[in-house]
Amino acid sequence: MIVDSFRFLPRSFRGFYENPVALEGEDDEVWTPLEKRLSGATIALLSSAGLHVLSSQEPFDAERERSEPTWGDPTHRVIPSSTPQGSLGMTHLHVNADDVLADHEVALPLRGLQQLVDEGTVGGMASSHYSVMGYQEAGLRTWRDETAPAIVGQLRDERVDGLILAPV
Amino acid sequence: MPVLARWIEKAGIPTVVVTMMPAVAVALMAPRVVGVEFPFGHPFGPPGDAATQRRVLLTVLTVLAGAGSFGTRVDVDLEWPTPLKEAYRSWQPKEPSPIVARMLGR
Repeated sequence: MIVDSFRFLPRSFRGFYENPVALEGEDDEVWTPLEKRLSGATIALLSSAGLHVLSSQEPFDAERERSEPTWGDPTHRVIPSSTPQGSLGMTHLHVNADDVLADHEVALPLRGLQQLVDEGTVGGMASSHYSVMGYQEAGLRTWRDETAPAIVGQLRDERVDGLILAPV
Repeated sequence: MPVLARWIEKAGIPTVVVTMMPAVAVALMAPRVVGVEFPFGHPFGPPGDAATQRRVLLTVLTVLAGAGSFGTRVDVDLEWPTPLKEAYRSWQPKEPSPIVARMLGR
C-alpha cells in the first residue's frame, strides 16, 4: 500500500506541494547508519507541532505570525521525557490542536517509546525531546544557523543514537 | 522538517521522518521516510488509539535501525478510522491560518 501524500490536502493547496524543490545545497545524499542494535540505542523524538511545557516555557509566538503571515517562530523547546499527559500546550496556526492536546502521543509518543524501552525493544530514551513549529520562512535560515546546531549539541551531550522527526 | 533531518543526519546522528506527505519528504531528500495516510496533525495515529500509535512507532524504529541506504521509504498500511470527509474537516484549524486568510483576501 502506497500512501497518497495529498489525500487530506485541500485541492487548492496541492500546487504548493506537488513538485517540491530541495533547498539550495541540500540535494545530495546524507547518510549516517545506526550502528548499534535498537535494543542498545538511545532514541529521541522531535515534533513540529509547536509544543511547549505549560508550567515552565513560553508558547511559540503566534501573535507575530498573525501580523507577519509569512513568518513562523523558528525557536525550539526542550520537552523532558517525564512530561505527563496534559502538561503540554500547542501553538500551530495551520492545524487543529484538539487531538494532540487530548493525547500528546498523537504527535510526541513519550509513553509509547518508554514502553518499548521497558520491554527491551529500545535501549533507552533520551532525557530530552524537542519541539519546533513547522510553519517556517522559506530559507529556514534560523533553523539552519541556530535551531539545528542547538538540538544537535544537546543530542550529542545526551549521547542520543537516533532521532525520530514527526512533522504535523 | 526533511531539511532539519538532513542537517542532523549530516552532523552524525541518524534520523527518520514520519510524515503524512512522504512524497514531499523524499523529494526534499530526507534520508529515511515513513509514510502514514493520516490527516495532518496526527503522525502517530488517532488520539487514544495506543495500538495504532505503537504500530507506527515500531515501523519508524525499524526503518531508523534497519534501512540499508539513503532515501529508504516505507509506508504504513493502516487506514484512518473515520470517514474521509470528516477527517478532512477535523484536521483543519478552527480559523484559517494567517497566510491562508491573506490569500483569501480576509
